[in-house]
Amino acid sequence: MAKVDYEIPELKEYPVIPKLKKDAMAHSAPYVAKEKFQTSLGYAGELVDNWQEVAIAKMGELTTKYRSLSVFLDSCVKCGACTDKCHYYLGTTDPKNMPVARQDLFRNVYRRYFTLAGKLVPKLVGAQDLTEEVLDDWYTYFHQCSQCRRCSVYCPYGIDTAEISMAAREVMATVGKGQKYCNEIIGKAQTLGNNLGLPEPALADTLEGLEEDVEEDTGVAVKFPLDKKGCDVLLITPSADFFAEPHVDGLIGYAKVFHEAGVSWTMSSYASEAANFGMFIGSYENMRKLALRIREAAIELGCKRIVFGECGHAWRVAYSFLNTLAGPFDFLDPAYPVPQHICEFTHDLISKDKLKFDKSENDHMTLTFHDSCNVARASRMGDEAGGQFTLPRDIINATCNNFYDMPKHAIKEGTYCCGGGGGLLTDDLMELRVKGALPRMEALKNVTENNGVTHMAAICAICKSQFSKVLPYYGFEMDQIVSVHQLVSNAIILTKDEDSVIDNEAETDDTVVAA
Amino acid sequence: MSILFAVLFYFATAVLVLGVGSRIRKYAKTPAPLKIPTTPAPTTRRGVVFRMIKELTIFESLFKSNKWIWLFGWLFHMGMLLVLLRHLRYFTDPVWSWVVFIQPFGKYASIAMLLGLIGLLVRRIVVDRVRYISAPSDFLMLGLLLVIGGTGAMMSFVTSADIISLKSYLLGLMVFDIRYLPSDPILLVHLASVAILMIIFPISKLLHAPGIFFSPTRNQVDNPRERRHVAAWAIKLEQK
Ligand code: HEM
Ligand code: SF4
Ligand code: SF4
Repeated sequence: MAKVDYEIPELKEYPVIPKLKKDAMAHSAPYVAKEKFQTSLGYAGELVDNWQEVAIAKMGELTTKYRSLSVFLDSCVKCGACTDKCHYYLGTTDPKNMPVARQDLFRNVYRRYFTLAGKLVPKLVGAQDLTEEVLDDWYTYFHQCSQCRRCSVYCPYGIDTAEISMAAREVMATVGKGQKYCNEIIGKAQTLGNNLGLPEPALADTLEGLEEDVEEDTGVAVKFPLDKKGCDVLLITPSADFFAEPHVDGLIGYAKVFHEAGVSWTMSSYASEAANFGMFIGSYENMRKLALRIREAAIELGCKRIVFGECGHAWRVAYSFLNTLAGPFDFLDPAYPVPQHICEFTHDLISKDKLKFDKSENDHMTLTFHDSCNVARASRMGDEAGGQFTLPRDIINATCNNFYDMPKHAIKEGTYCCGGGGGLLTDDLMELRVKGALPRMEALKNVTENNGVTHMAAICAICKSQFSKVLPYYGFEMDQIVSVHQLVSNAIILTKDEDSVIDNEAETDDTVVAA
Repeated sequence: MSILFAVLFYFATAVLVLGVGSRIRKYAKTPAPLKIPTTPAPTTRRGVVFRMIKELTIFESLFKSNKWIWLFGWLFHMGMLLVLLRHLRYFTDPVWSWVVFIQPFGKYASIAMLLGLIGLLVRRIVVDRVRYISAPSDFLMLGLLLVIGGTGAMMSFVTSADIISLKSYLLGLMVFDIRYLPSDPILLVHLASVAILMIIFPISKLLHAPGIFFSPTRNQVDNPRERRHVAAWAIKLEQK
């Protein structure tokens, strides 16, 4: 953990709504995208001369394409119900991080150019000209929103600031002021197939290494197939799963589950990314391009089902948008939903009693579960509303003896974002990420002290990366964040196949050594 | 005076109906290209209707969010609803029996409405977060409603207006026959501010009333895997 020149917020016993501190985060903005990465996504390379005109035209266009935007811009009554609901406000105390104030940065300009009251009496209704300062404010504060939708749960009209952030980011990208982190990643995923820019050989190499590790560990030849044709399942997983900690332990968990289920499966090097950053920048077109890679891979590999690994916003795009963006998936087996979440897959096997666990393997941990925002508030698992909360918890309870939930206001639909979602998981926003994690850290501290919780499980690649980075700032250890399928991986009892029975003795030795 | 107010009311009604109508047409015509219900969301149409009814009657989300705003907001809206229904007696002859039935409730509802409004105004002034997000128009709007409610309650509880003539005037307006309007100043203030409210309705945040019915985070069914959902402009992308 590096030394920092800002104050790490103090963890309080009970959540406290902070007093406003104007411009507390005015200095925080991410790097602007370079020309090359702007143009490859179809945007202007740098700020265009007539950017005001272009921005206002784009704003108008978006209000005719998205009903959400059109209704949300008109409907806010400034009741204030959302003002204390954003983790970035709670963590930074900057008033412009209150959801309604964030929306107003965009709404005030909309009012000025698109409403009668704003044209006639701008001062009275708070309407504002689109000036350079306003554009800077947009860039600053629409990159302090992780599009987590917590505010939308609590607004009487369901106004979702995420929709406004997406629109604002699209307008900014259009005038030539896109964000470096997101746009570079989208570029890589659109050309190389994943956010990390891992080419096929590197991927194959990594997976081979995993096969060796797992076999050494368990004595069972669990496979990690890549680009294998004619399998039942195509697994699409966030590329962080290939090597980051604790993500990779989750990937090992999926592989063991597939192995035990006896289902043939493969990953694809062409679509080796579940994440879809097109959503973060509000670009339907770019999001669609990324989604189409998955469709193409499924056709090319001739699979029957698509299963997604643990990732929050990826699951939103997969569950809520994939069918829209890249459907219809009538070439897949109609017996299964398209796509499925790995938790649905595992949960189904558990409920049919097809997996055996030794829960004591996880006895060195006492767990809690962090509901990732996009899974909690923008998708579902299973057949019933709220399955996204019960399925992962069922899996944890099937694989662990010690589990406690965090306080009610901080879980399920009220869950707090990890602080790094929505395209903000970049080093140039570290201060924001640390401060935005405050409400989650408070909730974690609560169960640590009251229930002896030692580890927090999650099903999102961004959450996992973010927590391993920010936990130490609050006095926790970076490895206190684990993958849900890591717990599965620890506890699952693998059936030995014929080949490995021969090695039985050697394997017993191994275990002794390992113990 | 009678003629002036007649003109005002015809104008206000036209603005309200045409203005709100055209907003509703815009909302209805603008596609929602992606499924974005705030989940957990109902998986059936019926479930969505139930969700919307809860939002409209008990302000469910607001209740989860903030008990004070909920209390004041709910008092104000329910009070206003009853008061509005009670006003139907000025426009119907003979008065519908259920409107007769609610008269006594409607009378006290005006107090609930005023209490709610005062509560909201106090919050807007006292709570630093709400003060920060308020534009002058937000205060004026509450002021206007307080004037409407205050003058109305005054006529019910303190002075008394010439209700017979007023009713005859309003019934006359409905058949384009301009009759005598009593020139009680309190009544005139009441009527003028109502007309102003009607005129600003389609250009202000009062659009939340029709808006809530079109809010995709609340009115969409959670079934994206079962049903493919594509907007017209998005289909064009597929044909490229
Ligand atoms: C069902 C949904 C509705 C909800 C949840 C709702 C909620 C609210 C809230 C929270 C306020 C904020 C008041 C403040 O803090 O200043 C408000 C204001 C108001 N609402 Fe509603 N409302 C709803 C429907 C309606 C309808 C159908 C009308 C019909 C006319 C209406 C008329 C008003 C008026 C006149 C105001 C005062 C505006 C102001 O405060 O400036 N509302 N509403
Ligand atoms: S979507 Fe999340 S991050 Fe953005 S304003 Fe709402 S609560 Fe804050
Ligand atoms: S809760 Fe909704 S209506 Fe109220 S201030 Fe926030 S965005 Fe506006």
